Amino acid sequence: MSEKFDVIVVGAGPSGNAAAYTAAKAGLSVLQIERGEYPGSKNVQGAILYANALEQIIPDFRDDAPLERHIIEQRMWVLDDESFVGTHFRSDDYNKPPYNRYTIIRAQFDKWFSSKVKEAGALVICETTVECLLMDGDQVVGVRCDRQGGEVFADVVILADGVNSTLARKAGFHGEIQAGNVALAVKEILFMPQETIEARFNVKDEEGVVIEMFGKITDGLMGTGFLYTNRDSITLGVGCMLSDFKQNPNRTSPYAMLEKMKAHPSIAPMIAGGEMKEYCAHLIPEGGFHAVPKVFGNGWMIVGDSGGFVNAVHREGSNLAMTTGRLAAETAIAAKAAGKGFAAKQLAGYKSALDESFVMKDLHKYRDMPSVFHDNSQFFTTYPELVNRAARTMLTVDGVDKKTKEKEIFSSFRKSRSLAGLAGDAFKLWRAFR
Amino acid sequence: MHIVVCIKQVPDSAQIRVHPVTNTIMRQGVPAIVNPYDLFALEEALRLKDKFGGKVTMLCMGPPQAEDALKKCISFGADDAVLVTDRSFAGADTLATSYALAAAVRQLGKEQKVDIVFTGKQTIDGDTAQVGPGIAKRLGLQLLTYVSRIADLDLENDTITVERRAEGGVQVLKTAVPCLITMLEGTNEMRFAPLENMIHAARYPVRKWNKEAAGIEDVTKIGLKGSPTVVSKVFGPTPRAEKALMQSVEDATPRDVSLNVIQKIFTQHPTLERDILAKASV
Repeated sequence: MSEKFDVIVVGAGPSGNAAAYTAAKAGLSVLQIERGEYPGSKNVQGAILYANALEQIIPDFRDDAPLERHIIEQRMWVLDDESFVGTHFRSDDYNKPPYNRYTIIRAQFDKWFSSKVKEAGALVICETTVECLLMDGDQVVGVRCDRQGGEVFADVVILADGVNSTLARKAGFHGEIQAGNVALAVKEILFMPQETIEARFNVKDEEGVVIEMFGKITDGLMGTGFLYTNRDSITLGVGCMLSDFKQNPNRTSPYAMLEKMKAHPSIAPMIAGGEMKEYCAHLIPEGGFHAVPKVFGNGWMIVGDSGGFVNAVHREGSNLAMTTGRLAAETAIAAKAAGKGFAAKQLAGYKSALDESFVMKDLHKYRDMPSVFHDNSQFFTTYPELVNRAARTMLTVDGVDKKTKEKEIFSSFRKSRSLAGLAGDAFKLWRAFR
Repeated sequence: MHIVVCIKQVPDSAQIRVHPVTNTIMRQGVPAIVNPYDLFALEEALRLKDKFGGKVTMLCMGPPQAEDALKKCISFGADDAVLVTDRSFAGADTLATSYALAAAVRQLGKEQKVDIVFTGKQTIDGDTAQVGPGIAKRLGLQLLTYVSRIADLDLENDTITVERRAEGGVQVLKTAVPCLITMLEGTNEMRFAPLENMIHAARYPVRKWNKEAAGIEDVTKIGLKGSPTVVSKVFGPTPRAEKALMQSVEDATPRDVSLNVIQKIFTQHPTLERDILAKASV
């Protein structure tokens, strides 16, 4: 005999956990189904945790969540092959609790989050793949799993099955995932004694540093690199659009890109002596606003990566995932309370809540950003080179007067890019960021 | 028939790293699993239950999070699960562990007479293979170790016949029930739990026994106090000087590839060809 729950959540990542926790906490009967061996076994992220989104779900999460370091300094580097030009922002404001963001190790964090979901009363089963949605006409009424007697029913199914979202695709809720809409990122976690990290990055205790990088490290492809300090390890990664990897004439593979980045003279000394603990790769939905599919229907809602909720410009994903998960659960709770069924009309509140939140507002703000960067590779090659050359020219004391140096810099810019091109690039950027 | 299967929750040794400075195991973030050897014991117990009926009770000593390991066994089809957990068990070696588990099996026997106790061959984190025999000795059970097959179980006459892997062959042993069996790996294949069992397991209230509930009489025999084992030194194995070499070979046919590889090996080890020829001519 098949059971029926109020809510079935497919997937145990940040969005699924947020949804399952919120719904179970409100007293709904929740079944969460995870494909991996344990919650978190298939989950990959940079990983920075933005406190606010989790605070709205578990206000006192800081009491027992496994957090690595809170970020007190953010660096932004533009690299050419030998050097970088960068800005650093460090503030003691970030040292005042409650802290705003943390580095985390997802394997540990997800285990903790899942334990909270169980405490809230949700049933969590792992090593079980949901094969398809069960339909009654055009209403989703449950799921079928890859186990014997695998049918199980619910009023609402929340799809939190990640970037590939095969489930939504099979059901026809969205089309085939486009290579131009996803980034492929690879990262390593390098073990290093705590004292070494604290000395190298000029931090103490639980303070941490984030370095965002772009420029020649991505071989002319649209993408960025990153370095995060954990308690006794460093996370280093790089990611580019999947379509670019495919079209890149150099055929650079993601791991080769990461290896090259590790050998960069500005990066190598920071990670010297690190022992690799973990190597991961993952797709990130970076299609932005225009790639977000229909997010709800009769008896179903899509949350997190499955819905493409990632702000690639600000490197935010898990906070959008948690927020969408929470909002979907709140919609299910409201629909249950209203008692008018779970057709699309009753779940429309999810979309309006999304539109009202930072999730859709931010995605809308940067709606044209991906294509601007994507179609203008000079932002990742020519400009980083020019900027670094300008800095080198200006700062090298060699008997040449500064006026001549200025002229040299200007002419180098004009040689690489026409005046119209320069103005056009500035305009494109301004419009995309506006 | 009442079967008790003892399991241990262990860190997945495939994912363990050794701390480069202190040589200690870094358990942080390493997933905990049911000791793989124990799953062969569980599957064998479930097969006996399928054939003869009865009840399979899981028993585990460990910290509270070991509940997950027991729930997993419930999903495979075990009927009941008891977690023996108490701070005073911490630091137990195999002597203290077998004392505590034996006491708990005795308690389970009070609820329903125990016919067979199963354990895995050994654990992947301790590798001692001492706990099973320790329990058998303390409970006065017939002991059958490294069992590869249960050939016959005669419940009318309370006898069991098993095949046991021994050096140089297979022993066929017949003994009396109740007994304790430590099951060899690779002897069966764990079943795939139906969805209903998964949901049942997620809901299952694992029973938790502290030392009193487990019937521990002598507290000097459990935990660190009851453990005479002393870890005197921890060290990493020294890497071997000789390293494996990667040879890339490209040839049109498998025959050419083989010849090429052999040629390369002989070049690498100049005396090898002569030695082989000498042996062949004897």
